[in-house]
Amino acid sequence: MNLESLYQEIILDHYKHPRGQGLLAEPLGSAHHVNPTCGDELTVEVGLATGGGLVVGYEGQGCSISQASASVMTELVNGHTVEEAEAVRLAFIAMMHAKGAGEPDEDVLGDAVAFAGVAKFPARIKCALLGWMALQDAEIQSGLMTPQSNEKTQ
Amino acid sequence: MSLDVARIKKDFPLLSRTVRDGKELVYLDSGATSQKPYQVLDAERAFYETSYAAVHRGAHALAEEATIHYEDARSAIAGFIGASPSNIVFTKNATEALNLCAYAFSNATALSRQGAEGRSIDPRFILGPGDTIVISEMEHHANLVPWQELCAKSGATLRWFSVDDEGRLDLSNMDALIDATTKVVSVVHQSNILGTVNPVRAIMDRAHEVGAIGIVDGCQSVPHMPVDIAKVGADLLMWSGHKMLGPTGIGCLYGTSEILDAMPPFLTGGSMIEMVSIETSTFAPAPQKFEAGTPMVAQAVGLAAAVRYLEEIGMDEVAEHEAALTAHSLSALTAIPGVRIIGPSTTFERGSTISFVVDGLHPHDVGQVLDNLGIAVRVGHHCAWPTCRRFGIPATTRISPYIYNDESDIDRAAAGIIAAQKFFGVAP
Repeated sequence: MNLESLYQEIILDHYKHPRGQGLLAEPLGSAHHVNPTCGDELTVEVGLATGGGLVVGYEGQGCSISQASASVMTELVNGHTVEEAEAVRLAFIAMMHAKGAGEPDEDVLGDAVAFAGVAKFPARIKCALLGWMALQDAEIQSGLMTPQSNEKTQ
Repeated sequence: MSLDVARIKKDFPLLSRTVRDGKELVYLDSGATSQKPYQVLDAERAFYETSYAAVHRGAHALAEEATIHYEDARSAIAGFIGASPSNIVFTKNATEALNLCAYAFSNATALSRQGAEGRSIDPRFILGPGDTIVISEMEHHANLVPWQELCAKSGATLRWFSVDDEGRLDLSNMDALIDATTKVVSVVHQSNILGTVNPVRAIMDRAHEVGAIGIVDGCQSVPHMPVDIAKVGADLLMWSGHKMLGPTGIGCLYGTSEILDAMPPFLTGGSMIEMVSIETSTFAPAPQKFEAGTPMVAQAVGLAAAVRYLEEIGMDEVAEHEAALTAHSLSALTAIPGVRIIGPSTTFERGSTISFVVDGLHPHDVGQVLDNLGIAVRVGHHCAWPTCRRFGIPATTRISPYIYNDESDIDRAAAGIIAAQKFFGVAP
């Protein structure tokens, strides 16, 4: 276990050069999430493009892991259908809870596979999940998604 | 005389372990909780092995012995702050002690609304709209949230001392802030995030001028400096055992006899009663009135051992050692470009707990790099979120040394901060 396994190049790159930052002009839904143990805050907004694909923006402050994760998230879900985005989101959550076991599916997760190492640092899992949890809430707020009672959200 | 840190360190078994692939541990998170010496671990174990039984009930030999151990522990712990044993209540932790105080007000208020036949309710504890509670902007959530809740329940209004850029309380408006409407003034002795040592005596004196009850949160002062309750002048003062080398699961509440007698109980049930019928009950005198159920007997024995350990070193020596570490930490940290101290920049009226931010780096990331080097620090808002908001920051990194740390530990932390700046490419 070393620092490089946690802070992959891709993560540091997204942290220093965040993508998808900023709130939307006309959001359909918005969610503000905090990490109460460290005070990190993130607002995620969702809308639909004219073509029907998702548009996701965010604003907030937090550590490299939470900020890079939100940045990667926008790249993976923007322009996709709600269902496609949800598949990625669930795969990301599963990877975070895998404790480093199993190979994450790069076809589904793309750059987000860089976060596999975060799962070995229990204190940082919440950081990585912050944006993705806010995304789900924003989608529910917008009516694009209905709440699923059986879903594991931790 | 400076402390023999190398010798002290040998008393703490945990400090000899390694972390993160064999790295020597540097423990700088004593503000959150301290490590335990053999003397404390052995005392608790010996008590369980030889004298353990239920206290304050039963007539057998063990019950007698256990009760003696428990009450001897209370005496030792009371003596540590210059109090009498009957003025010390054991609680689960300092948070519970603060809630015990806040609930005295909400219980008295609720009882007075019901008429509470046959009960004398001290009017000082009855709150309503128009009354005020005064705290400060540097309180730990434990000395904030219970008062917010009390305000919500009673209609009283919360007021607070603000904090200046140097991390000191602004006392310029003290007479306006604490006025005839004020029923409670509750402030921290030493801030757990800023390290500031507050002039609590002056604040308590002002509270008493207006007839308010004065409370001091001593969680970060009692373990680190000599605290004489007579000099503090508080009606109520609480601290936790685990931050001063003692076990988890025990906190202490000091109260003047007069105030403890006037306060309605918090938790009720066994051990805290005087007489019980099916319709109603009367209560034992303090401290038993506030110790419902089986108390934390072994923890009290452990904490008494911690008190003896600290007294053997001498609290003046502890404070002197920490003052030297504070001076060293302040100069080591401010020597690093891009590091900003959040809190007093000098050793004047300041403890060894030091919070800082690093330009371009989030505290979580600083802490992660330090952890990778074997250095344990705290990152986050330190349960003092309003203080972070005051300084416009989401969080800080905090070092909080104790008797088992020396200057080399601070130097390793400083080197770790520079390593973090290099790793993230933000070295100025």
